[in-house]
Amino acid sequence: MFWTSYFLAVLAIVLAWPVPILLSRAHWPARDPFTAMVLWQAIGLAGGLSMIGAMLVYGLEPVGDNLLAGLRALAGMVLFAAPTTALGFWHLFALSAAALLTAHLVFTLLLTYYKIERQRRRHRELLALLASPSDDGPGTVVINHDSPVAYCLPGGARSVTVLSDGLMAALEPAELRAVLIHENAHLTQRHHLLLWAFAAWRQALPWLPTTRLAQEAVNSLIEMLADDVALKTESKVTLIKAIAIVASGSAAPAGAAVVEPAAAPGLAGASLQLPDGAGGAGPASTTASRVSRLLSPRPPLGGGLRAAVLAVCALLLAMPTALLIVPGLLG
Amino acid sequence: MASLGELERAVMDLLWAGHEAATANTLRDLLAQSTAAHGGAAGHEGKDLAVTTVLTVLSRLEKKGLVERERGTRPHRYQAVSSREDHTAELMHEVLGSAPDREAVLARFIGSVTESEAETLRKLLGHS
Repeated sequence: MFWTSYFLAVLAIVLAWPVPILLSRAHWPARDPFTAMVLWQAIGLAGGLSMIGAMLVYGLEPVGDNLLAGLRALAGMVLFAAPTTALGFWHLFALSAAALLTAHLVFTLLLTYYKIERQRRRHRELLALLASPSDDGPGTVVINHDSPVAYCLPGGARSVTVLSDGLMAALEPAELRAVLIHENAHLTQRHHLLLWAFAAWRQALPWLPTTRLAQEAVNSLIEMLADDVALKTESKVTLIKAIAIVASGSAAPAGAAVVEPAAAPGLAGASLQLPDGAGGAGPASTTASRVSRLLSPRPPLGGGLRAAVLAVCALLLAMPTALLIVPGLLG
Repeated sequence: MASLGELERAVMDLLWAGHEAATANTLRDLLAQSTAAHGGAAGHEGKDLAVTTVLTVLSRLEKKGLVERERGTRPHRYQAVSSREDHTAELMHEVLGSAPDREAVLARFIGSVTESEAETLRKLLGHS
């Protein structure tokens, strides 16, 4: 049982530091955002599990041959005042740390949920008074504002997609459709749950490289996933134009003239490359990576490679779980 | 009977348009007029509207921080805390601003872009 705790600790460290850095620098996630998303979730879950598991297993080592026996012995000490002399200082320290970390993660998850919900409720209240329903379907409202803005506010049956007057004026109907399909994809694919989990993960352990990198990657990947849904019905040129118009308008100072869509020529000859940040200090911004993946698309991951990554995800989750539970079931 | 949500919206529209404080009675009359003006079938709704309902709506709006009452007078006179434009600006600031948890609250079509990226995108659209 001793080597289990070391193995889990090594796994936790590898998943907390080198793996997320390598993954955040890789280029294949843009080719297969779904698989990359699954991998980030596996890294987060397996990382947390092995972190807590390593401390738990180490702390319980003197009182049980495996996790289940150890936990039974621990319950005896806590509930029935069995003697605790078997546990040394470091064992108690590890057990307390495991308990604190678990409580901290759960508490932060709930607190983040509460904060997000409160902000959304307030936002919805104001929208109910300020925005008018749009012709573009139920759950779509228009707000009187000059900058081109589009966003969705998740909330189950009360989810709403908000468009600004400035956006409706700047975009042609097909581009507007692309924006709406994109936002709707966020809602139907429940991206807010991912955003919530990774925001809480980062809030809980802000000093861990994996939490920041994971949140940035997830923010980017959900946009790519939503773009891919929009591409099923709208053309690539339409989507690129919509992104470019909204992005160039939203960076301009307030009150600046909205880009005139009629002046935008076809993008067929566009050979423009956005700086994708490779080698730079920071990662490429989400918008830049979205546009460059639309401008110069690369084939999606092959079936074999995709299956391999998904198998790694399954393994990542199965390994710590098996190490923690199987010895108890066998013995 | 119109829902509370619709009434809240109608009351705020009146307060935002009126620019000055109004009592619940005045608001009730204005609401009755506006529903009557919208004609026929909706006409009786305004007549049925009780002052207590308007007061309920006002206290809900007060709780949300959108309406304040002048304490000195009786009956109380109500007014909007800030203008419609200010509230819209507040909302858009929340959307466009860079609050750390904004990304989890709502999903924008385009996140923050740097000025140089915006410039590149403008070139893409054929603007210099």
